Amino acid sequence: MFIPHTDADREAMLRTIGVNKLEDLFQAIPAGHRFPKLDLPPAITEMEAVGELQGLAMANETSRDLACFLGAGAYNHFVPAAVDAIIRRGEFMTAYTPYQPELAQGTLQAIFEYQSLVAALTGMEVCNASHYDGATAVAEAVNMAYANFRGKRSKVVLSPALNPQYRQVVRTYTPGSNILFVGDGREGNLQSGPQSLFSLIDNNTALVVVQYPDFFGRVYDYTELARITHEAGALLCVSINPIALGLFTPPGYMGADIVTGEGQPLGIPLSFGGPYLGLFATRKEYVRKMSGRLAGESVDNRGQRAYVLTLTAREQHIRRERATSNICTNQGLMALASAVYMSLLGEHGLRQLAQLNYHKAHYAAKQITSIPGYSLWSKDTFFNEFVVVCPDPVSDINDHLLDHNILGGYDLGQDYPDLANHMLVAVTEMNTRDEIDTFIEVLSEVSHG
Amino acid sequence: MAEPLLCDLSAPGRQGVRFPEPDVPLSSLPTELLRQELPMPELSEMDVVRHFTRLSQLNYSIDTGYYPLGSCTMKYNPKVNEETARLPGFAWAHPLQPIETVQGILVLMHQMQEWLKEIGGFAGVTLQPAAGAHGELTGVLIIRAYHQSRNDTKRDKILIPDSAHGTNPATSAMSGMRVVELKSDSRGNVDLQALKAECDDTLAGLMLTNPNTLGLFDENVEEVVRLVHEAGGLVYGDGANMNALLGVVRPGDLGIDVLHYNLHKTFSTPHGGGGPGAGPVGVCSKLVDFLPGPLVDVIEEGDDEMPPLYGFIDPPKSIGRVKSFHGHFGMIVRAYTYMLMNGGNGLRKVAEFAVLNANYLLARLRDTYHVPYDRICMHEFVMEGRWDDAPGVQALDISKRLMDYKFHPPTNYFPLIVHEALMIEPTETENKETLDAFADVLIKIAEEAHNEPQLLKEAPHITPVGRVDEVKAAKDLALCCGVAALEK
Repeated sequence: MFIPHTDADREAMLRTIGVNKLEDLFQAIPAGHRFPKLDLPPAITEMEAVGELQGLAMANETSRDLACFLGAGAYNHFVPAAVDAIIRRGEFMTAYTPYQPELAQGTLQAIFEYQSLVAALTGMEVCNASHYDGATAVAEAVNMAYANFRGKRSKVVLSPALNPQYRQVVRTYTPGSNILFVGDGREGNLQSGPQSLFSLIDNNTALVVVQYPDFFGRVYDYTELARITHEAGALLCVSINPIALGLFTPPGYMGADIVTGEGQPLGIPLSFGGPYLGLFATRKEYVRKMSGRLAGESVDNRGQRAYVLTLTAREQHIRRERATSNICTNQGLMALASAVYMSLLGEHGLRQLAQLNYHKAHYAAKQITSIPGYSLWSKDTFFNEFVVVCPDPVSDINDHLLDHNILGGYDLGQDYPDLANHMLVAVTEMNTRDEIDTFIEVLSEVSHG
Repeated sequence: MAEPLLCDLSAPGRQGVRFPEPDVPLSSLPTELLRQELPMPELSEMDVVRHFTRLSQLNYSIDTGYYPLGSCTMKYNPKVNEETARLPGFAWAHPLQPIETVQGILVLMHQMQEWLKEIGGFAGVTLQPAAGAHGELTGVLIIRAYHQSRNDTKRDKILIPDSAHGTNPATSAMSGMRVVELKSDSRGNVDLQALKAECDDTLAGLMLTNPNTLGLFDENVEEVVRLVHEAGGLVYGDGANMNALLGVVRPGDLGIDVLHYNLHKTFSTPHGGGGPGAGPVGVCSKLVDFLPGPLVDVIEEGDDEMPPLYGFIDPPKSIGRVKSFHGHFGMIVRAYTYMLMNGGNGLRKVAEFAVLNANYLLARLRDTYHVPYDRICMHEFVMEGRWDDAPGVQALDISKRLMDYKFHPPTNYFPLIVHEALMIEPTETENKETLDAFADVLIKIAEEAHNEPQLLKEAPHITPVGRVDEVKAAKDLALCCGVAALEK
């Protein structure tokens, strides 16, 4: 399949090479292991393959079939048609990393536009061409902060309200270092805001990581946290949901040194968890410490404006074992999707979207508090996600919701033993009032047993 | 005429997408923390579409031309992959849905794990890593965890041949390991004497790219693996060059303990201008327990009436998660589609014709360009872009001149062990006519290099921009629209 050679081509090419048959090209392979029989199904045509994949696809019920109130790090948002139309263009999709700028101005300028948009959205000065996802972006921030202090500061404070998967990935990424993670263990106070972290920050702290809105959907002003972090000489990393920044003050204005985030809400389908987009922005003084690709503006030898990958001396292919990260391939096409999405929405679309999410989530939250047995866990400001204290185990309630074609919220007891019977509910622009009302109705049936 | 930037195209009041008015009663907004300025560009939908379409037209791509980048496997990316990945049952599934609602997805992922095990000769596979370098990190963390679990804690040395990708040393350092470089011998193989000298009780492992970045299959691979194993180390296989080995040899059969696959190279998922990729990792039986969780497996056996129930399991000694959720599922669907259409025999043909194409180009070019390690190659080969009797001409000039003939250049200046390296990987999807046209142009450029070197020095002439001033880009650091120079 996809091999264009005719028999005559093959014979002519073998003659030019000076061998008789294809097998002769593989003499360097140990004979005992050469040409194993692979136990794979026989080849099928495109038509048959589409049929088989349609069968597997139809065996799932997704956010297109069910009313989705599930978030917890991946969100069901509308994706305008123009986003996919652009990223499906072969000129973008089938290009390599833009190492030859003369043939890649499209990709390079698109990265530059992406960097500009993310910097503007987050209130930061520089942004790289992306990391894999929101989790690995935080892990890279930890490595960056550790390297920034040359290993002399070994403490990293993690908010317990940072996405549990992110906290796991950060730990996986740092096994050889002597980094001490604090804040998200038993000492963490879930219900209180960032104040509970203040006392953990000291002059051995390299980085403080919080989320905005946090994993429970709450929105806090981190200005005071930034001040205390900087007083101790440490750096502050804020992991964001980009849609929230259409309504709330960006972390860049609160004093964050690094802003990371999951870019999936910016026009990227849920796709069962990937590919997504790791946002990463920082202040200009740290630009040389930041890993990942960067597109910069320059001129060509004809005097025209031109773009090129820059500061490559930081990267693995030049610095090899002295690089702080091994990142090479990033999320190019997903970064493009988010750039197209942000351009389409612009200032007004993003504000409208963020407010729509806010109002729908607050309507749902208010209705839920009217059901006997249910209450909101926190009274603090939230965006489009909130924690509901339930009368029964969340898994039981979700089974019941599923019977009514509703994808219920996230069971927080999976990650937080203290939050058994607590459901994290997400509401976006995709949830109609009817859906919300049905959700409330079914929840109230459960409360009546 | 350069394409303007979004911020230059913006006009206050334009909006490309609108959302419905709220159908719920409005709640009061908080009084604090509300954002005042939001400096995003304002454009109509057509402005946006035209802008990005014009940008796309400044790109070179597989869909528009031949792209023989060494070690990148720029094969044709089948269009059907894009259709299957976007089937609503895949594209709109939330990663945290109850497993009962996503059995089709889990069957596909499980099948993919099984196929990658079969192709590589491994006992376990994780689909979680997001890219090749991410797979490397996963693999080296597994090697580290294996030694730690045996209280063999002094093993912190990773051997890396001098022909390796730059990610290998960076990965090892990131995993807290010590990197020692190994020389290649005169035939491009790992130097066995140099290897023996490093085989001590601090050896954690060896990272082996095979075929290596010279495009050569290591003729002593079994001896290399034996020496590392005897010293108590493990062998990591960099699967970036797996396209040469499909159905030809299974790395696991050669004793490779852990290997990453690049779905975006070997299994035809698009490179996307720099990602997303996907870097699943296969491991031998003694490393299965260390794989990052969760893995897909049957959690309830089926019977005559009920199919088995698929779900997630966590390996008992897992190194932990390496990313959110379950890996790049969208890329896994694309690769799955490709594998279905090739079948076992088709995958062997992929490798055979990739190797045929590379050897054909090598045969056509070796009289014109010096090939320092000249023997039958695998899917790629490396030649020098320089001649003693054409002083001043460099690999870079040849690369730029190729653009004038509408070809993408090969990878240049890599591997580092060849002077003025030009690394050519044709892939199996190119026909003989294209290879001949490419070889003819390279031979013509060699003549130009001797007779009219200015043509090369000034190249490219026909591209949207000429050679870009990289020094200025790094010195003046303009990384965002409206910020002319960050540090000046």
